Amino acid sequence: MFFSELYGAYYNTVAAVLREAVSHPVSDADIRKIIEKHAFGESIITIPSALRDDRWKLIKSDGTTPIVNKPTLPLTLLQKRWLKAISNDPRVRLFSDDIFDFPEVEPLFLPSDYVVFDKYSDGDDYTDEKYIANFRMILDAIRKRYPLSIETLNRKGKTVKWVIMPEYLEYSEKDDKFRLIGYGSKYGSTVNLGRIVKMSPYDKPFSFNRKEDLRGNTESVVIEVNDKRNALERVLMHFAHFEKESERIGDDTYTVRIKYDREDETEMVIRILSFGPMIKVTAPQHFIDLIRERLSKQKSIWIK
Amino acid sequence: MAYSELIKNFNRIRDYMREFYVFGFKSRDEYTGKSGRSYDDERRRIESWIGDYMRFNQTPEGKNVFISIDSRLTAHNPLYNAWKTKSFTDGDITLHFILFDILSNPEICLSITEIMEKMDDYLSCFREPRVFDESTIRKKLKEYVSEGLLLSEKRGRNICYKRAGDDVVLDEPRFDALDYFSEVVPCGVIGSFLLDKALEHDSHFVFKHHYITGAMDSEVLFAAFTAIREKRNVTIESTNRNRDRIKEHNVTPLRVMVSVQSGRQYLMAYSPLHNKKTSFRTDNIVSVKPEEICPNFDEREAELTKMLPHIWGVSTQSAYGNHLEHVEFTVTYADDELHIRNRLEREKRCGRVEHIDKNTSRFSADVYDILEMVPWIRTFICRITELHFSNKDLEKRFRRDLRDMYAMYEEGGEE
Repeated sequence: MFFSELYGAYYNTVAAVLREAVSHPVSDADIRKIIEKHAFGESIITIPSALRDDRWKLIKSDGTTPIVNKPTLPLTLLQKRWLKAISNDPRVRLFSDDIFDFPEVEPLFLPSDYVVFDKYSDGDDYTDEKYIANFRMILDAIRKRYPLSIETLNRKGKTVKWVIMPEYLEYSEKDDKFRLIGYGSKYGSTVNLGRIVKMSPYDKPFSFNRKEDLRGNTESVVIEVNDKRNALERVLMHFAHFEKESERIGDDTYTVRIKYDREDETEMVIRILSFGPMIKVTAPQHFIDLIRERLSKQKSIWIK
Repeated sequence: MAYSELIKNFNRIRDYMREFYVFGFKSRDEYTGKSGRSYDDERRRIESWIGDYMRFNQTPEGKNVFISIDSRLTAHNPLYNAWKTKSFTDGDITLHFILFDILSNPEICLSITEIMEKMDDYLSCFREPRVFDESTIRKKLKEYVSEGLLLSEKRGRNICYKRAGDDVVLDEPRFDALDYFSEVVPCGVIGSFLLDKALEHDSHFVFKHHYITGAMDSEVLFAAFTAIREKRNVTIESTNRNRDRIKEHNVTPLRVMVSVQSGRQYLMAYSPLHNKKTSFRTDNIVSVKPEEICPNFDEREAELTKMLPHIWGVSTQSAYGNHLEHVEFTVTYADDELHIRNRLEREKRCGRVEHIDKNTSRFSADVYDILEMVPWIRTFICRITELHFSNKDLEKRFRRDLRDMYAMYEEGGEE
């Protein structure tokens, strides 16, 4: 069963309560704390009373439990089938050579059963041994908190030497590329993994400012959507991964305010252009000017 | 019935979450077809599940509720929480934890009578001990065997039950893999279920250009993949755009097509009734019911594979009824704008790019539906020097749209 209480937040929360209760009586405060970590906003109304009123006969009135062992659960067939499916994905080797193997289980899907049809074709090479080694070292450095010395090739083919404290990895599904995001480099906070030619742990003293903002400056653009040719749904789905607010301003007209990183402004311009006359930028002025500039250039070379 | 934050039926909440996340401008009164109380309950539940991602906006029409998530700031898809809300009975949860405590390791193998005796011992310490009847326990054991949690074996005349073995230890590299794959492959919510097993673990990933609404269609995809693996036909119930009509389709599911630029997912299937390959948006699919094995599945699958080099998105035929349509356009760029030439190469999904000279490239392709390609062509606005579609109506529309855009942004124009 896919939608099942076995995977539910309540079962996980009660398992966490019982993990404590097998070794010492649990108080109301203990239960509350566990609920805050594992369950939902309003679970506090339900779980403590169900445990305390003996509706779920798992915790006795003195906070002890008849359960003897810390609760654990084997993997379900559903979980094994999914794990088997990802074990067939070449990207799994980024994490380990031997990661999931269930010889008796059929995978939920094979890589050929689904196609990401609009990702760019120059994504990172996840089968390259050097790339795999770099990826694993970056993950290790993030976990253990040590800086890395990295050499990359820039667009002009020139070597750039970085020393950076890696914080996390960013993956773009559209670009199909990983980027390392970190602190303390004079060249910025982002290193494309595909451009790394050499990397090693940096063992000299290294200082950095953790208050440094790893994300670029946030900007916002306001667009007006005319809901023709199902434009509204297409626009809102297309920009769904941004923080945004939409409002109806007329019968078929809507405004949407979208927040984006300034470094992605060119991308935002072309994404908005892709909708043609269905959407119009209404603010800020500098963004309107960017669109205008492109249209005016287009008008000068073709389709007057 | 009293309000509960847990639910029995997922489909009810699916539409609400999508509306709140994708649209987010509707007021309470606009959720027509649903009662006010139902709206209030579902809104309250979603707020409880995803907390701060739920936002409110006061407008003259009333209060709008919407979900706002910057996917680059969240390591895990918050919508997965909706899949962790299945309701259960008091007996279910009591039985579950006691049963797995009795069968605490794979060496313990007990008959139902032995399990019942031990269970009574557990329950006798409560003020009002509860007794589970044999059929309830038998039903639960059977359910857990089919889920793969328990194994059953014959011992003499009795069937005995034992816990399935732990085949894998979920350690740090594996949890890291789950952090990543749970966000980027279909049915990632299953990875999220596994991540819930981690006692202490921080994710080291964030995701750019990350669409998360597909999470709501996980069960549909699960059923579709299961049918594809079994080479089985299915009956799909799908709804129309206005979600006011449900239609049944008997089809052979062939492949799932995922878009990372529009956030949509599709099921490509062969329809025997229309004798053609067609796509279904997964968010429009209400249910997928398995039917008989399809004897010529491999043939249908091979036909689709052959068609792929001419499919830009998911369309297998033009809205204008043409078979294949030809498209070509030329773009120009300056000496220091080689990235434009690279864009053509890396963003094209089919077709050819010819580099005419150091400042000009031409793209051409034969596709089933040029309309799907138009948004991409528009991203080259300011560089297009020539454009030809074999579908002349569509070419006219492209030109007209461009002129409309000029007018929209003219200085002193319709601002």
